[in-house]
Amino acid sequence: MNIITDYPDLWRDALVGTLVLFFGGAVIALILGVIVGAMRVSPIPVARAVGTVYVNWIRNTPLTLVMFFFAFCVPLLLPGRANFLVLAVWALGIYTATYVAETIRSGINTVPVGQAEAARALGLTFGQVMSLIVLPQAARSVIPPMMSVFIALLKNTTVAAGFSVVNLGNIRAEMSENGENQLLTIVWVMVFFVVMVLLLAWLQRVLENRWRVAR
Amino acid sequence: MSSVLYDVPGPRAVIRNRILGAITVLVVLAVLGWVLWRFWVTGQFTPEKWYAFTFTRIWEQFGLATLRTLAAFAVASVGAMILGFLLAIGRLSDHAWVRMPITGITEVFRAIPVLIFMILLYYGLPVIGIKMSSYWAVVIALIAYNGSVLAEVIRAGVESLPRGQREAGYAIGLRKAGVMRLILMPQAIRAMMPVIIAQLVVTLKDTALGFIITYPELLYFARLLGSNAVLGSPLIPAALVAGTIYVALCLALSYVAYTVEKRLRRSPRAVAVAGAGAAPQGGTDTELIVAQRALGPDDPKTGGG
Repeated sequence: MNIITDYPDLWRDALVGTLVLFFGGAVIALILGVIVGAMRVSPIPVARAVGTVYVNWIRNTPLTLVMFFFAFCVPLLLPGRANFLVLAVWALGIYTATYVAETIRSGINTVPVGQAEAARALGLTFGQVMSLIVLPQAARSVIPPMMSVFIALLKNTTVAAGFSVVNLGNIRAEMSENGENQLLTIVWVMVFFVVMVLLLAWLQRVLENRWRVAR
Repeated sequence: MSSVLYDVPGPRAVIRNRILGAITVLVVLAVLGWVLWRFWVTGQFTPEKWYAFTFTRIWEQFGLATLRTLAAFAVASVGAMILGFLLAIGRLSDHAWVRMPITGITEVFRAIPVLIFMILLYYGLPVIGIKMSSYWAVVIALIAYNGSVLAEVIRAGVESLPRGQREAGYAIGLRKAGVMRLILMPQAIRAMMPVIIAQLVVTLKDTALGFIITYPELLYFARLLGSNAVLGSPLIPAALVAGTIYVALCLALSYVAYTVEKRLRRSPRAVAVAGAGAAPQGGTDTELIVAQRALGPDDPKTGGG
């Protein structure tokens, strides 16, 4: 326990770094993911193609490489000084957005076509079909896989550690400079992650049970 | 396929869609143009930046680095399959004293980020006197994580089989091992093949994490080349080349998953298992109209993951 109580500032900074990466990445991923997901299911062939290219391209690139590009290449391309934390958040967001988009698309695909056709037969407008029939059902079936995406995002925040962003992933290096036991440090980091992931998994179960679609 | 979201477009909708399509093209072109302009302004297209790539040696080195990535992937994927298999059998065991610890192990392995596991093996274990090369740290961490994920996949595959399969096996006098080996496992693995291959794509991508613990794989070499001042520090070209190689490798694997999925859907021996393959299409009138107009988008689905 000493390894934590002796360095409260280090651990606090690391935890804050991880949480900033997680929430920042989640916000960007959600916004971008909804846009790309909408493009993937739109009636416009060009938009569908653009969405497909983006998703397949980024999903087949390792996150480490996306981070690499943002940490080493983007600062060369942009004027001014770059903040590594901001760059890492963008990298996480852009990478995770593809998974969010795919989750949304498969969620919309779980709604039977007959539902929308029945709604249109009743004379509902596009807006009504969306807001009353399709999206409520899609949202419910999207919740559990979306939580899985966020659990993956939480674990992926550690990759930023390789690119000099302070988080739980690189507290080990700090500790080894202080001559502390690295093994214990890493074990504690693992405990942190297991607790956080179990927390998210519990949330996932609760939401799943509360929002189950009766079909 | 007709979508839940929109009907077959009428004349006004067609015009609207075209306008929206044009706007999409403009926005995408603007973004791409801006990126290329930044590349141009910062001199990424100058011959000096790409000078390094005129040497055969450099390409040889790229090839060797790719081989080191594949070496880690090959051992890790085979190991993860074997471990996944063993853990799945453990999780399906009838004895609580086997099932409980195995369940705990898989849950913990899945909750820990792969990178942290690599760091534990490479930097943590030397504290208690266990030293290993970065290659083995990468491979063992990948085996532990992906093996646990595959165990869950295989278990889900076994549990989604019809109950009658197991019962019929026992009825003809097979023991538990025989029912597992001859009846349940082959069907589960066949049904879950697309998901398994999708997980292998993840394994391939995660070998890049080795870069952080100094395993000299593809990304590591890209960094090395990019910081070589003699060759004009071609960081961006090196990253682009490495990225292209990764995308090509992963797409090849994804394509295998896609063809396997297609063959499975046609195979008479495959059992319909929820979660593998596409849902059966209930043809509606709208779909017929769409099919006649050939408006249906065909988007190849890669394996879920």
